[in-house]
Amino acid sequence: MTDLIWLLIALPAVGAAVLVFLGRRLGEPGAGWLATVTVAASFAFAVVSGVGFVGGTVHPATVELFSWIPALGVDATLLWDPLAVTMTLVVTGVGALIHLYAIGYMHGDPRFGRFFAYLNLFIASMLTLVLAGNFAVMFVGWELVGLSSYLLISFWFERPSAAAAGKKAFIVNRIGDWGFLVALMVIFAAFGTLDFGTVFGSAPEVLSVGTATVITLLLLVGATGKSAQLPLYVWLPDAMEGPTPVSALIHAATMVTAGVYMIARTGALFELAPVSQAIVATVGVLTALFAATIAISQRDIKRVLAYSTISQIGYMIFGVGMAAYTAGMFHLVTHAFFKALLFLGAGSVIHALGGEQDMRKMGGLRTVMPVTFWTMVIAWLAISGVFPLAGFWSKDEILGAAFAKGGLYTGLWAIGLFTAFLTAFYMTRWLAMTFLGEPRWSDDVHPHESPWVMTGPLVILAFASTFAGALNTPWRLALERFLEPSFELVTQSLPPESIGVVAALAGLSLVLVVLGIVVAWRRYTTAELPAEAGRFWYVTLHGYWVDDLYGRVFVLPGKALSAWFAAVLDGTVIDGIVNGLGRTVRGFGAAMSTLQSGWVRSYAAVFGGGVLVLLVWTLVHGGVI
Amino acid sequence: MTLTAGWFMGLAAVLFALGGAGVLLRRNALVMFMSIELMLNAVNLTFVAASKALGQVEGQVATLFVIVVAAAEVTVGLAIIVAIFHRRASADVDEFAELRG
Repeated sequence: MTDLIWLLIALPAVGAAVLVFLGRRLGEPGAGWLATVTVAASFAFAVVSGVGFVGGTVHPATVELFSWIPALGVDATLLWDPLAVTMTLVVTGVGALIHLYAIGYMHGDPRFGRFFAYLNLFIASMLTLVLAGNFAVMFVGWELVGLSSYLLISFWFERPSAAAAGKKAFIVNRIGDWGFLVALMVIFAAFGTLDFGTVFGSAPEVLSVGTATVITLLLLVGATGKSAQLPLYVWLPDAMEGPTPVSALIHAATMVTAGVYMIARTGALFELAPVSQAIVATVGVLTALFAATIAISQRDIKRVLAYSTISQIGYMIFGVGMAAYTAGMFHLVTHAFFKALLFLGAGSVIHALGGEQDMRKMGGLRTVMPVTFWTMVIAWLAISGVFPLAGFWSKDEILGAAFAKGGLYTGLWAIGLFTAFLTAFYMTRWLAMTFLGEPRWSDDVHPHESPWVMTGPLVILAFASTFAGALNTPWRLALERFLEPSFELVTQSLPPESIGVVAALAGLSLVLVVLGIVVAWRRYTTAELPAEAGRFWYVTLHGYWVDDLYGRVFVLPGKALSAWFAAVLDGTVIDGIVNGLGRTVRGFGAAMSTLQSGWVRSYAAVFGGGVLVLLVWTLVHGGVI
Repeated sequence: MTLTAGWFMGLAAVLFALGGAGVLLRRNALVMFMSIELMLNAVNLTFVAASKALGQVEGQVATLFVIVVAAAEVTVGLAIIVAIFHRRASADVDEFAELRG
């Protein structure tokens, strides 16, 4: 069974290939169903071949597919262990639901088949990333994920903003990829191999603290790009330009979780570099706080969720940064459920309102769209961290681990706790502005509940968001035991031993969460929306002008440099050489053409003169004269 | 005074020079053509004279070739001249300078 796990990647990859060529012929909804079925089949296969890890009948195994780069000793290998299983199940499970939903959402799109080809490619890329058995294969998946996200974000490329967002995502990701690639080079230089097993197994003997720190910081650069952390998070809010199922896929199942997964996978290297761990955790928690403050004042229904994703991924990075790998992965799983749910719900709302995304023109949708509303209530409670929904367990496990670690991490814990309050606040604001209060949409809009292919995934994800917390409760650490074989080489940070302390911490965060909900509830369920005027709202609405800052610091000088290259280097130097060559040849030709007088007799004279010269020369050399 | 090969060579040289001067100095295409024939026949004369003096037959063979080729050349050349004359009513080669660069 394990030998066949390449099928997991092959199924959606073949789906993508078929849809690229036959997508138009299959049409609507055939193309969508084909794509959904390939991903669902991958999910089913992953369940069947991964279930053995629960009972311990299957053991982690490396599967060699073929020899890839013999000169470097790099083979195409896949690694099948509990961590890969967890990621695969999330990617294919949530991915399949999003595919199903997209059949309804993309109804009537002229490039329906093409869209599903890209979606399938996205899933195949992400599976390549998570199933990789060495860094080289992982890098292939890493890059393919960037490519497919580019294709999907700019799917409606007729809109200049969508095309720009796609380019932005790709370019910002390339900066992260640079870090990842250089890390790979350093790893290869140090170990002479890129194989996960060898690298992680021999890391303590081979690596000095300095080298380990360099490698892990470079890996962090890669993670900040893919997982949208400070300072490379800017592409994610703009990625909203893609169709909503794409946003759901990027935010929940694929792409942004890649960085978290990668750090968890390379935990054995981070373990050797405590400084890097502290930096990763700090970056994560600061991103969580930073993005949460921006999310508070956004007015676009999807932008709130985008910043919320950045914030939640920050929690995960925080978790894996301080070696609480299980907690980080746990939050990754629960977040995949409720964030996919939130995005699909937002898509359902946008769909119902005919493309409206401004929350100030929504409100009062609870009666019009009951299924969407109630599933969104569950998602809201889950992401806010209300007992006993999924987010409560996973978020508090991360915070608990930070509290138990002490020192610097106590400070980070406090920031994370405050972020939990902010999360509850902005998610309540989001729910209230969209579904509660009085209707604010214009009279010519007629909202309606979405078709079953869209609400079905919502219901399934709502169930998952409700009960996923049971995966790893403090008294039944199912996920932790399941993941144990993947984290044998590392010492994990765990929440406090004492169940009393855990309960006290959870109670504290629950109080803050409820406080956030109450404050926002009182503020936003009024008939009139509050004004949101003032310095804080103004600054955060514009996201601290980070985009403008990057525009001034990086983009403008870059453009100036290209303009200089275009005008001076290309226009003067390169063109000068080419034109100069042309002018030289033309001048020489003009000079020579005067010899061509057209007079036959002058040609004859020259000819005769030439003969005479040759004659004299021959005679002189022959010694006659 | 015996008639040695040298005399023939001298005559041939005089005829060749006359022909060359005719080609260079005359502007009438027909006269230029006749001058070229003169040059060819001057060369023929040297061939024959040398052949006789050296007692070898190759020179005479070469002469026959030259005569044959000259005949073909005359045919083509005259045809060209006649064609040009039809269009221009002139045989002055200096007027035919359309290929000036």
